[in-house]
Amino acid sequence: MSSSLLFNITTIAYLASTVAFFAFLASRSKAVGLAGSGIAFAGFIVQTVAIGLRWQESYALGHGHAPLSNLYESVVFFSWTIILIFGIIDLKYKYRVIGAFVVPFALLGMAWAQLGMESGIEPLVPALQSNWLLYHVITCFLGYAAFAVACGISIMYLIKERQEKADGNSQAGGIIATFPSIKILDDLNYKAIMIGFPLLTLGIITGAAWANYAWGTYWSWDPKETWSLIVWFVYAAFLHARITRGWVGRRAAILSIVGFAATIFCYLGVNLFLSGLHSYGGR
Amino acid sequence: MTTKERGFLQALWDFFCSLKLSISLLILLALTSIIGTVIPQVPNIPEEYIHSLSQTKLQLYDKLGFFDMYHSWWFILLLYLLTVNLIACSIKRLPRVWKIVSEPTLVMDEAFEKSLSLTHDVKMKGDSATLKEKMVSFLTSEFAKPVVTEVDGTLHLFAQKSPYSRLGVYVVHLSIIIVFIGAIIGSYFGYKGFVTIVEGQSVDSLTSRSGKTIPLGFALKCEKFSVSFYDTGAPKEFKSILTVLENGQPVPGYINIPTIVNSPLTYKGITFYQSSYGSASEGGTFYFSVRPRTGGAPVKLEARQGQKVPLPGGGTMQVLESTDEVRSFIPQFSGPAARIEVTTGSGAPQSFVVMRNYPELDEQRGGDTIFSYDGSDQKFYTGLQVARDPGVWVVWLGCALMVGGICMAFFMSHKRIWIRVTNGHVVMGGSASKNPAGFQLQFDTLVDKLTKL
Repeated sequence: MSSSLLFNITTIAYLASTVAFFAFLASRSKAVGLAGSGIAFAGFIVQTVAIGLRWQESYALGHGHAPLSNLYESVVFFSWTIILIFGIIDLKYKYRVIGAFVVPFALLGMAWAQLGMESGIEPLVPALQSNWLLYHVITCFLGYAAFAVACGISIMYLIKERQEKADGNSQAGGIIATFPSIKILDDLNYKAIMIGFPLLTLGIITGAAWANYAWGTYWSWDPKETWSLIVWFVYAAFLHARITRGWVGRRAAILSIVGFAATIFCYLGVNLFLSGLHSYGGR
Repeated sequence: MTTKERGFLQALWDFFCSLKLSISLLILLALTSIIGTVIPQVPNIPEEYIHSLSQTKLQLYDKLGFFDMYHSWWFILLLYLLTVNLIACSIKRLPRVWKIVSEPTLVMDEAFEKSLSLTHDVKMKGDSATLKEKMVSFLTSEFAKPVVTEVDGTLHLFAQKSPYSRLGVYVVHLSIIIVFIGAIIGSYFGYKGFVTIVEGQSVDSLTSRSGKTIPLGFALKCEKFSVSFYDTGAPKEFKSILTVLENGQPVPGYINIPTIVNSPLTYKGITFYQSSYGSASEGGTFYFSVRPRTGGAPVKLEARQGQKVPLPGGGTMQVLESTDEVRSFIPQFSGPAARIEVTTGSGAPQSFVVMRNYPELDEQRGGDTIFSYDGSDQKFYTGLQVARDPGVWVVWLGCALMVGGICMAFFMSHKRIWIRVTNGHVVMGGSASKNPAGFQLQFDTLVDKLTKL
């Protein structure tokens, strides 16, 4: 069995999970919602095995390294971390419907990686030959994934809030009635960012430590570094906004979505549009 | 001080204490930081970019410091404002928080009880001495060791967990200031620069980023430089063998140290990082063997780069370019190679590649004269980044504090439990600084256990 076959199965699982979650929104059947989570977790297990297998395959090719070295591998890992963080929040807080707004991010990543990207295992260029690669990439992507989940929750918040305003009461039926209340969504948004922010901080620090170890400067205002700091600023603003009157709720949700947009630009946009030290990630 | 002055100072203080200022500054820093990722920054501004700008734009950008944005006065000002803001906020709020930590409310009277969202009443039998003992052992085993206070025959117990988590926010604020201090130490007492050393030679000074020559205080010799490649042609390793010399003598422990990317060499606080390489301009004689296809003894030729050398059968040859490792250009082959141009009396000049490890290969080209490449005496130079940063440990200290502070602030909660016992009437109250839902579960469990006592 090859990792690439397992990655295809993963993609199909995330597709099935997304479909199940959408069906859950429409039908409000608990069993369908459970199926959505269950399929996503099954896909997660398959993906975990696939990542391990790809790691092993790289050793078989004679230049073993963790599968975190190029755009393909990072997108796959990003999908994995999104489902991981979703799983933690799903199991802990039990608001299953969030899956409808989070699993699609993972599906998008896997579909893009499997259909649109070169998936060959490449040897590591000298700049990446360091254990710091592992610490840096894992912390950054876990942080990114938590922000993806927070973004999904914030989108739900804005939809729910708009509908409540339009109806004048919260008794309205339809799909949106299955959403948790805006108070809970606001709280979950905050909780997801509380997971993401320390991880992003660690990701920036491990990146700085690595840069210092490899180049002698912990900070050089390279576009990737700067964008990660921009993301950090946005979420720092979010955290302070939480304790300020008038910034809870709607504005916090918008800040969370802006934060995730900045995160995605930091991850992909910098490689595609700007130049810098992380350009190897853009292949 | 006049009232007006005091009013102004108060307003200024309130301005710097405000959370709205923090949020505005953070968003402003996020927005302005984008500029420097879009506009090239010194020293990496391409010539073409400068030419593509109109004169007015160029002057405007230059005036606003956009070409060195992160060191421009206004960006630094924003960072200073943020620093003042977080110091002011901390000064304003810390004493109140410190009081909660250092002088906890030991007594839950009825007014205070009403302010708590979690309370529970239980009737219990027993005299006050037994009840006191019961409650103390209950809190000690189920929550934390309590402080007991008696007021007019009423028994008050107070127990708390992780009170210091309330200080997490201030630890983070302090850590940011420490990181800034580390960065300032680095910028005043450290430097960044570059050296290039030709194989077999040594240097005793470096060129800083601003173009200044700085003595190292010792000498660094490059014994050898090598580059290796994967089968795919991608580079695998850049390696300089370095030796530190003091007064011309090698320093024990610093002889023939392999220095590769991600594994620098540090001596006396100065660190050398493998960063680039190239062919040295000196040396650079290329050696060839040339023989006619019709047979006959090969003739040895020597050529310097760009020099036209007459061929034995008429015409000339010259070396256009060379490499020590052809694999990065032609993955199927390895070893040194040269691209040469041959001009014979008739016809256009021909250029082709000859490789040292494949002396017979040129026969397949079909030319009248067969060339083979015997290598060159050309040397590599290695390019090393040089850095001295005495502030870096301060920065790491700040980073460690930041992570610790964030964990304290996010994942730890100051939990407090009060118990009041009056004539067999037991009231328990609780509060937590974070995660009220989680604490409620814990409180309910405590109530459950209390009623079963």
